[in-house]
Amino acid sequence: MQQDSTAATLAPNAGRGAISLSRVTRIFAGTIPAVDHIELEIQAGEFFTLLGPSGCGKTTLLRMIAGFETPDAGRILISGREMQDIPAHRRAVNTVFQSYALFPHLNVEQNIGFGLRMQGVPRADRKKRVDAMMEMLQIGQFATRNAAQLSGGQRQRVALARALVNEPEVVLLDEPLSALDAKLRNELQIELLRMQKRLGMTFVFVTHDQHEALVMSDRIGVMSKGRLQQVGPVLDVYEKPRNVFVAEFLGLSNIWPVSPAGKGAVNTPLGPLQISAVVGEGRMAMIRPEKIWVYPESTTPRERMNVFPGVIREAIYMGASTQYRIELQGGHVVLVLDTNNQAAERSWQPGEPVGVELKPENIMMVEG
Amino acid sequence: MSDTTAGPVKTQAQSEGFTKALRLWMTAGPGLFWIILFLLIPSGVMLGIAFFTNSDFGSPVLPLSLSSFWEVLGNGILGWSDANIITLIRSLVQAGVATSVTILLAYPLVFFIITRPANMRPVLLLFAILPSWTNQVVRTYAWMQLLNPGAPLAHLAQYLGIIPEHFGLMPGNFAVLIGLTYNYLPYMVVPLYAAAEKLDWTLVEAGRDLYASGPRLFLNTVFPQTLPGLLSGIILVGIPAFGDYVVPQLLGGDKAMMMGSLIAGQFTFSPNWPYGAALTIIMLVFTCVGLLTFRKLTQRLGGGEGAML
Repeated sequence: MQQDSTAATLAPNAGRGAISLSRVTRIFAGTIPAVDHIELEIQAGEFFTLLGPSGCGKTTLLRMIAGFETPDAGRILISGREMQDIPAHRRAVNTVFQSYALFPHLNVEQNIGFGLRMQGVPRADRKKRVDAMMEMLQIGQFATRNAAQLSGGQRQRVALARALVNEPEVVLLDEPLSALDAKLRNELQIELLRMQKRLGMTFVFVTHDQHEALVMSDRIGVMSKGRLQQVGPVLDVYEKPRNVFVAEFLGLSNIWPVSPAGKGAVNTPLGPLQISAVVGEGRMAMIRPEKIWVYPESTTPRERMNVFPGVIREAIYMGASTQYRIELQGGHVVLVLDTNNQAAERSWQPGEPVGVELKPENIMMVEG
Repeated sequence: MSDTTAGPVKTQAQSEGFTKALRLWMTAGPGLFWIILFLLIPSGVMLGIAFFTNSDFGSPVLPLSLSSFWEVLGNGILGWSDANIITLIRSLVQAGVATSVTILLAYPLVFFIITRPANMRPVLLLFAILPSWTNQVVRTYAWMQLLNPGAPLAHLAQYLGIIPEHFGLMPGNFAVLIGLTYNYLPYMVVPLYAAAEKLDWTLVEAGRDLYASGPRLFLNTVFPQTLPGLLSGIILVGIPAFGDYVVPQLLGGDKAMMMGSLIAGQFTFSPNWPYGAALTIIMLVFTCVGLLTFRKLTQRLGGGEGAML
């Protein structure tokens, strides 16, 4: 559940575009390893995202797969081949750089055809493939333009085309959308995803944006301080985070320390809570704000488990939903996200008394 | 009535115009003054002198004539000679070869410097340009000590059979080439360093990512980025080397004479001011035509926007 269970069942991960990392470590001049004993199996044709805050080592890991950095320890296999002695220019891997890194002295067409030219693909064949790629990404009308004359989104498409045209086994994307505005970013996210499914190449995507990771990935690897905190399908990582870091990095959460009280119950600062998850040692109770139910004081189902009276302290209207801070007895505050599926007048105002329900099946146990 | 309202408006506009003009003269004025006083006027005087006739003592006298330009083409009292054309071609070739050698030396040097730790780079760059702080004559005299018949370098060349015994590596074209290369190397290193320091190494990574390596990686990712610096360097080295006087004078001898020495001769040993002036004008024309051609060429290459021109 928490670890990569799918990889374990498919024993030799050696298909075209599969990546296998074992104990990969990179230590820069300092003492703290940038990448620390990474064990990871990325399946062929998968959209895999490395998610983490800046400085967590995700870019370093990506650069090691590309061949720009050499691991200090561990092994990297791409399509089942050992990459130890294979330099960047001989790896069937192409990168989309954060800064795009388009060649300023070449036009769009020449930029896209660069990799094919270096591989010695004949001119006619090259032209055909570059044209097809430009058509697919709708940048044909810029063919003879210089990179400097393009907008951010257009540059992004050229950078993507320049990588994809080589039909690599693996495409590495280093925060490729971070410089774009929100609308364009959403547009390109969908386009990128469609492209990946259509071409069936393995995509390894690096980002610090959890929304982007959730939207695009088949699986996510959450990184912190050079280590993988959790690897799993999008749903698992969000719904069943393994530890507090993953829970907090992927979204808003309420987290409380617990002590076992027997019979599926735990003691929390809020009072006793019924849970359906296994308690375990040194773990904490976590519930996502959108999984908490709020009732008007009069209709609160007091007879149910885990129902607490409270008072709205803060309401932040966010369009589709409203975020509430609700103070329970004893001064403990829970964060609640409620969909605005009723008329706006029906949402709660600060000072209103309410009842909140934390359903046992919605409470997860995470490592501290 | 209308007079009283129009009055102050006009004055304001006038004062605005005055401030504008003052600002223009304050900023552009000194430079313009300098160019007029030390470039345009002397060049004009030189152009004027070229149309006078030579007196027996070498000074320009009336009547006006084209005889000095006739002389530039190689026509003398003893009939036509190819000496001037050979000197011109020699100057162009020497300047061209010296520029090429400085390029070949500057690239490795600059890339050695920029790949050192950041705090060492200014010191290393200083070492490369420090010699240019001493007088060119002194530096060239130093080369005389290294290249003359009794010098260790000459002995080595004799031993290797490159030159006959008791000969030196100077005077001659080879010595001039060494002198020019040595003297002008810093003027290639500095602009190239400035361009290389700003190098975007991500582009080099992109090149490696797209299957380029070795010389092709350099040519496709590094070289285009250093092109503006290289073009500046070519101009900074090529033009002064073409007109250099000290180096061919001290290391060259008769058979390695360049334009600078030829011109200087007309104002010193065998005075003929109009002829010297005509030679200067012709050389100026050559330089200007060369610069303009070069500019056209770099614009076509598309990488020369940043070059100093």
